[in-house]
Amino acid sequence: MEVVRIPPFELFYEEHKDPVFAHLRRLLGQGAEDAFQETFLRALRAYPELRNGRHLRAWVFTIATRIAIDETRRHRPTTPLPDDFLPETEDGLPPHAELGPLTDELPPKERAAVVLRYGFDLPYEEIAAALGSSEEAARQAASSGVRRLRERSKNS
Amino acid sequence: MTSVSPELDTRFRSTAAEAGLLDVAYDVVESPLGELFVGISDRGLCVISYEAEPDLQVERLARGFGSRVLRSPRPVDPARRQLAEYFEGKRKQFDLDVDLRLARDFGRTVLEELGRVPFGEVTTYGALAARAGKPRAARAVGTIMNRNPVPIVLPCHRVVGANGSLVGYAGGLERKQQLLRLEGALLA
Repeated sequence: MEVVRIPPFELFYEEHKDPVFAHLRRLLGQGAEDAFQETFLRALRAYPELRNGRHLRAWVFTIATRIAIDETRRHRPTTPLPDDFLPETEDGLPPHAELGPLTDELPPKERAAVVLRYGFDLPYEEIAAALGSSEEAARQAASSGVRRLRERSKNS
Repeated sequence: MTSVSPELDTRFRSTAAEAGLLDVAYDVVESPLGELFVGISDRGLCVISYEAEPDLQVERLARGFGSRVLRSPRPVDPARRQLAEYFEGKRKQFDLDVDLRLARDFGRTVLEELGRVPFGEVTTYGALAARAGKPRAARAVGTIMNRNPVPIVLPCHRVVGANGSLVGYAGGLERKQQLLRLEGALLA
């Protein structure tokens, strides 16, 4: 895979801060500001370890997603997710108000794939980069995650 | 698209510096000589440049000091304040740590000697070379002055030719004159 130079953090931050904030806003509403700060502080801590600048958007979105999921779990009773959080999927899975907690029990890889695909609408290529796996594996993780969720909703 | 408010942006930039996560914090500082690009590393002042266009400087700093370069005004405040005092004629000596890690061997020795040339005085390239232990290296000293990472604070403007001519300055001769005039080292 082609290795892309890691840009200075200033350029990385300027390029991604608005989209990351918009997504956190969509997920968390008013709580987005703290999550935004936490996301970029975490990115800053991990930044020296990065070896490839190719999929930085997926990388920072993954960090933001994890933080948002943890945040929704902490505040579940008081801050429900907006209803439009989970768009209707091609599998006909109903839009779901609480993707974060809903996916809690999925294996981590499936959970990340589902959230990135259906919560953030990322293409599989970027999800693969975020998960450190192939595009095919990312696609499979998302679809088996969705299958698992569907089975669980049937049983409950 | 929802965008980050200036308050949130400032908050992140300050917190990043306070958490000690930056290789270099920088800001653009106003001065009578025009805008100055000023960078602070964990060891101290590492760059002052008359070339205030950040993109180029940011890339250069990332190569030299590490990729975590971020505009963050607060760490720059002590340098900003001392520069303002200097330009107002209220300060003759800077009290700032300087990070010379990118300068090697003779270059470093020369820059350290340069830091001892007092306010309002001038010396020559040859005299500075001699003080750094290589009396015949006047020309090399000229090159080192030209690449001085922190002009003004390390006063390369106080170094002139043996015949008293100003010779050169990375920020342009006009700025060199302005600085020497400010320090009362030039009569006209």
